[in-house]
Amino acid sequence: MHGLINRAIQCFVQDNYGFDRWQSMCFAAGLDEVEFEAMLHYEDELTDQLLDMVSAALKSPRDTVLEDIGTYLVSHPNVEALRRLLRFGGETFVDFLNSLEELPDRARLAVDDLVLPQLDVREVDPHHFRLTCRFPRPGFGHVAVGILRTLADDYGALVFLEHNGVLAGAEEIDITLIETAFAKGRSFEIGARAV
Amino acid sequence: MLHDRDIAQLLARLCPMHLAVDEQGRVMHIGPTLAKLLPDKRKEDACLFDLIEVRRPSGVCDMNALLARQRQKLSLRLRGHGGHAFKGVFVAVPGQGGILDLSFGIAIMDGVRDFELSASDFAVTDLAIEMLYLIEAKSAAMEVSRKLNQRLQGAKIAAEEQAFTDTLTGLKNRRAVDHVLPRLIDRGEAVTLMQVDLDFFKAVNDTHGHPAGDHVLQSVAHVLVQETRQGDCVARVGGDEFVIILVGEVDEAAVAHIAQRLIERIEAPIRWRGDTCEISASIGIATNAFGSGDTGETLWARADTALYAAKNGGRGRFRMA
Repeated sequence: MHGLINRAIQCFVQDNYGFDRWQSMCFAAGLDEVEFEAMLHYEDELTDQLLDMVSAALKSPRDTVLEDIGTYLVSHPNVEALRRLLRFGGETFVDFLNSLEELPDRARLAVDDLVLPQLDVREVDPHHFRLTCRFPRPGFGHVAVGILRTLADDYGALVFLEHNGVLAGAEEIDITLIETAFAKGRSFEIGARAV
Repeated sequence: MLHDRDIAQLLARLCPMHLAVDEQGRVMHIGPTLAKLLPDKRKEDACLFDLIEVRRPSGVCDMNALLARQRQKLSLRLRGHGGHAFKGVFVAVPGQGGILDLSFGIAIMDGVRDFELSASDFAVTDLAIEMLYLIEAKSAAMEVSRKLNQRLQGAKIAAEEQAFTDTLTGLKNRRAVDHVLPRLIDRGEAVTLMQVDLDFFKAVNDTHGHPAGDHVLQSVAHVLVQETRQGDCVARVGGDEFVIILVGEVDEAAVAHIAQRLIERIEAPIRWRGDTCEISASIGIATNAFGSGDTGETLWARADTALYAAKNGGRGRFRMA
């Protein structure tokens, strides 16, 4: 698994609960490593182990942890760069939804060995979209729910999201667009540098 | 044709940074993005060359020159905007003037920030937004890599600080001796500590330079390793100071023999790039072999005293405590 993913789990815990909490979780789980490097690769099993560890330590179901990680990734100031990169996907939330299919390619432009889930967006009707998410390891769909929920706020859109579980090997998420201009949203200037 | 509103709207959408002029170079209409970049006054009806300066090719300062350069790549600058460079192309419309289309080129990042542009200011087919995305994504990835490099650098320094090896000679270092000596003594091993201090080494550095000095130190290290056994500890503990720890009981005569051989071999001239370097060594020796009850520290101190005596007795000698 790409180090960015393990690093994201680590940063989610330490930015929200403090480094000491993260360290004690890792020690308790008997992990050799506490610091994950974003640009290295790790065994896939380790990522599962980390998620189980965080889920147990926070006494929160794994799906909820994944969704919270998604929210963290696009809302915490420490990872503002990621929110900005996603906002380049489009000027409106619908544009953004339609750009999701490009996400794995976009990610590869920045980090060429980063493999993200394959995302497909289908417009059922103008107010209803269906996102399918294919990845060898299920669970990313919950991260996507966290990201979508938070970015909808970011765009000022009002949406309803439902994770339908795994169907035919892919996670399926229903997105109901209640209002595209519900609130003002957060500003996004393409020329402002995040880093 | 250029008076046609439809064409103007079409151009506004496809080339939002265009500017249409008549045959005299008078501005007919301006694309919405370019309009944002121009100062408020003097837009339409102004002369093209009052708004824009063609920097390359040189000499393009009227319509005839511009027509002669049509379809070629132009380097331009907006007047009244210090520094902002653009690239562009002019295409003539026979009998009606022509269209000048601009782009930020490589300066896209500064342009977008300084003029507070957004995605809708660019044509849908324009790669500007992808370009901005790429710049930002690469900077973010680079930042992560930079941090990794910093951490690796820190780890390298820490590892070096904890290392037991002298990088110049490949011998053990002071830290290794401090680690090994008390452990050997605690274990009840008989140890003989030889402090080897080079004589006239400073002269080598002063006369032949530091590379020669390094070469001499390496040669000495080689001798020390050759003249001792595998289980003994040979270390460089200072600039020209070495330590040998002989492990196990070694009788005085054998130690004296080793010390004498070391001095003789160290005194052998060392060749360095056609020059010859000559040094010697003084050695102070102390041992706990006969139940002296020494700690590492006292053994070291006794060897020090013996070394001092050897130096005082004239260079190139050894003394036993």
